[in-house]
Amino acid sequence: MPKLLRQPAWLVLPAILLLVVALGYPLLQVVIRSFTDPEPGLGNYTWFFSRPVNMTVFWRTFEVAGWVTVLCLVLGYPYAWLMTAVGPNMRLLLILCVLVPFWVSGVVRTLAWVILLQDSGVINKVIMALGFEKVRLIRTQTGVIIGMTQVLLPFMIMPLYAVMRGIDLRLVQAARSLGARPVLAFLQVYLPLSLPGVFGGAVIVFILGLGFYITPALLGGPRATMLSTLAQQQVLQQLNWGKGGAMGVILLASTLVLLAIAARFTRRRYQISGGSK
Amino acid sequence: MTRLQRILIWIFCAGVALWLVAPTLVIVPISFAEKKSLAFPPDGFSLQWYANILNSPDWSGSIVSSLKIAAIVAVVATVIGTLAAMGLAKMKAGPGGILRAILITPMIVPGVVLAIGIYAVYLDHQMVGTLVGYVLAHSMLAIPFVIIAVGASLAVFDTRLETAAASLGASRITTFFTVTLPLIAPGILSGLLFAFVTSFDEVIVALFINSPTLKTLPVQIFASMTRDSDPTVAAVGTLIFVLTSFTIAVGLWLGTRRRRS
Repeated sequence: MPKLLRQPAWLVLPAILLLVVALGYPLLQVVIRSFTDPEPGLGNYTWFFSRPVNMTVFWRTFEVAGWVTVLCLVLGYPYAWLMTAVGPNMRLLLILCVLVPFWVSGVVRTLAWVILLQDSGVINKVIMALGFEKVRLIRTQTGVIIGMTQVLLPFMIMPLYAVMRGIDLRLVQAARSLGARPVLAFLQVYLPLSLPGVFGGAVIVFILGLGFYITPALLGGPRATMLSTLAQQQVLQQLNWGKGGAMGVILLASTLVLLAIAARFTRRRYQISGGSK
Repeated sequence: MTRLQRILIWIFCAGVALWLVAPTLVIVPISFAEKKSLAFPPDGFSLQWYANILNSPDWSGSIVSSLKIAAIVAVVATVIGTLAAMGLAKMKAGPGGILRAILITPMIVPGVVLAIGIYAVYLDHQMVGTLVGYVLAHSMLAIPFVIIAVGASLAVFDTRLETAAASLGASRITTFFTVTLPLIAPGILSGLLFAFVTSFDEVIVALFINSPTLKTLPVQIFASMTRDSDPTVAAVGTLIFVLTSFTIAVGLWLGTRRRRS
């Protein structure tokens, strides 16, 4: 074989070609159309940022993704910790409870939430049986947050568990034996050591939440529309490729900015921990 | 930690586990409903919605399409992804790291942006609703999962084994099939599974590029849910849920058994 053909880069070539054809070229089309359709210029972007309706949806998308991230963290942190603290059989059961919803398709799980949250659904029946007023959950922001939190929780638990599994618990014991109260030992030793997992899980959940389509589309109505749904409507229903494209570019840009901030933040953290050694 | 705190954490986590699994179970009783309604709890008992999966071409057709597309995607993405993972493993850290980051991008690009772009390209090239169109888009989405799964296997693979095989006179092709492939097989297998599921569950791109003649199961479920209250969705969902849980349980069981023995 000629030497050039032995380069490992050749092995990567098919994947790169696939990405150029099915990812790069389509993304380029979105960007081009957002600046040229129906006429060249920044029209689609000024339209987006000048309409209060669009800005409401824009901020709502961040608000929902933020709430979902916080709720996933609150629910996932103790759960991931427990996974590291139990015996092998119990751990297997806890892992199974995370993996089953992770693998069962998002459409099916959203269907279950539609059934649960509908006006005559299970949750409302329980609420009314307890003597309270009927609560409107489906087609509201609360409903979307509830559904998305459940769908995205595995993405928080897995990175948390991966990091917590590697934490040396003797460090916590050492802190305790030196007289630290349990709360202080947790806050000063365990929590900082688990932060990479917290950070990784939060970034994944927030980014997935920003671009989430299926759950907001089915659980949210006109009053809980998110950016993905709005962009989809512009293209498929209104045939406004330019406006839909501009929303897509804005969504993509927000995601990239967040990732860049996250990357910078982790790098600086590593530098600090590396420097103190 | 006091006993009380321990009990409280246990109760909290039992609640989280319940919250992860239980909501989905609500579709099981609905799938046996007698009337055409998604109300819970359902009245009566019937198997008509399961029969409807087989009898309605919309449902049976979309299941067959989804299985077919997912199977092709699993093979295509696994072959291309495995080659890429092997290339990345052999490359220097700098350029390898950059290429790796590029190859992972399908995971972070919001689905709707991709879907708009792919739809635009497919409209221009008459690829909407074609098998090639689905396979191309889904393989691209599945590549990162294969690269991560196979890459994890390659990271613990001892490359000296390849050198040993070569020094004993084996060609590069023979070495790959008799030494490398058997050792990274678990990674390839999980990559294959990830790729299959990625395609089988994918909804947003499929929602844009489907046609009445070729649509996948998630699109059919989505359409059915936005159109009416047909318990057939619950029957399909129940089947997916049971099959998935069974596969994971068997996989976990086999995994722990092998590790213990």
